[in-house]
Amino acid sequence: MKGAPWHYCLEVRNLAAGYGERPAIEDVSFAVRPGQMVGVIGPNGAGKTTLFKVILGLLPRLSGEILLHDADALGQRAMMGYLPQLDAIQRNFPVSVSDVVMMGRYPQIGWVKRPKGSDLAAVRQALDRVTLLDHADTQIGRLSGGQTQRALLARVLAQDPHLLLLDEPVSGVDPATQHAIFSVLEELRDNGKTVIVATHDLNCVVERFDLVLCLNRRLVAWGPPAEVFRDDLLEQTYGSHLMIIRVGDRRIVVADEHVHRRNND
Amino acid sequence: MLDFLTAPFGYGFMERALLGGVLVAIACAVIGTYVVLRGLAFIGDALSHAAFPGVVIAYMLKANIYLGAAIFTVATALGIGFVSRRARTSYDTAIGILFAGAFALGILLMSTIQGYTADLFSFLFGNILGITNADVLVIGSLAALVIIAVAFCYKELLLMSFDPVVAEAMGYPVQSLNYLLLTLVALTIVVSIQAVGVVLVVALLVTPSATAYLLTARFFRMMAFGALFSVAAIVAGLYVSFYLNVASGAAIVLVSTCGFFTTLGLRRLFGVLAPVH
Repeated sequence: MKGAPWHYCLEVRNLAAGYGERPAIEDVSFAVRPGQMVGVIGPNGAGKTTLFKVILGLLPRLSGEILLHDADALGQRAMMGYLPQLDAIQRNFPVSVSDVVMMGRYPQIGWVKRPKGSDLAAVRQALDRVTLLDHADTQIGRLSGGQTQRALLARVLAQDPHLLLLDEPVSGVDPATQHAIFSVLEELRDNGKTVIVATHDLNCVVERFDLVLCLNRRLVAWGPPAEVFRDDLLEQTYGSHLMIIRVGDRRIVVADEHVHRRNND
Repeated sequence: MLDFLTAPFGYGFMERALLGGVLVAIACAVIGTYVVLRGLAFIGDALSHAAFPGVVIAYMLKANIYLGAAIFTVATALGIGFVSRRARTSYDTAIGILFAGAFALGILLMSTIQGYTADLFSFLFGNILGITNADVLVIGSLAALVIIAVAFCYKELLLMSFDPVVAEAMGYPVQSLNYLLLTLVALTIVVSIQAVGVVLVVALLVTPSATAYLLTARFFRMMAFGALFSVAAIVAGLYVSFYLNVASGAAIVLVSTCGFFTTLGLRRLFGVLAPVH
């Protein structure tokens, strides 16, 4: 560990990446300090998931650099936590909630070694933080959607990463769980972690995030919500998918149903 | 009654069959847990059939049978991924192509052998009663290797099986772990060929673990119960084949299959063994 606090936790420079020869995202550059919560917004197909996957090393870069604490991010993946979009986890797998959360500890435990008392305590603490301690021994497939999200978040908490990447963590989840998840994220941010959330919920972004990254295949805007939430920038990000309603002096952002349509609808 | 139980094992060949069989059973149950949970039964069947040309060639060259089987099985395990990428077909299709092609090669080569080929038939359908002391040594060593490898990589294999995406995001070499698992499947198949033969090995990999899966929602317990059922099938199958004078490999597999359906039936009958998932 370096002695001085890092200037930036995550630095992305001139990033381009994609699935074939044509890049899905390009010209993406931004830097985030520790203790900041970033919202990544954009329509479906804009590359939000692609961006996360490249940072995590799940997709190769076409060009550019990704630095975590001033060094190549690929060599430090244990310090990055990932909560993917709520697509199918294997619900029939014979593992309990605490088995799944313990998986977050594996990089710290190391190869060959077995979990110790401190690992069990960390798992309990993570479960407690997302109020799933009562379900510690429940088989993972028996949880509701919201509970599953909280369990997977607990896995990230148990990993104790410096950077968290969450892909639409509160889509399709009940308001109580949404609130619970964000209160955990805000606490992490206050403790110096870097939290990056891809989301469709623009109003939530305005209220809760320090910085916003507008993505539509390229970086459209990057800055605090007040600067970024301008009609012209939002239109550039969402194209024709956006409607902005003014109520008094409040601006209500309404994205049309194409924006909200997800794979599992 | 006691005599009924102990009589078969007064014979040396039955003792060796039991010892070799139990070692095979445990290795198969350990690996079988992953085979059942990750849907590798078809690959397992393909790998066992792919061992056959290796066995025939080793037999023709008077070389080590286990080595011949291992080379072909491991090569097929690694080749499936290669073929599916190059031919841009599904995994399923690539497996089917290699499965049939390799097995046909074995049959073709066997048909060119003039004279006595009953030994080779025993690799098709098993010859657990023909296990020698040397075989027990090889089976024991390979089975121990497989079990130790799983013990060393237990957590990582579990994570990779349950959630390969997050495993990779955490920095684990998911591709390599996958190849490791397939190689362990291949080695387990090699040690099992003598017990039940190439054609039926998949049953040893699948049925005891599938039976265990009916009863538990915890991974390690599934492995442990699987080992229990697997060993029970070997023992009971050997008794059946001894007293009814029928093929031993087939008897073992049928006992195992009956065990599965009995457990399934009892599970519904008694709410005690309630469906866990």
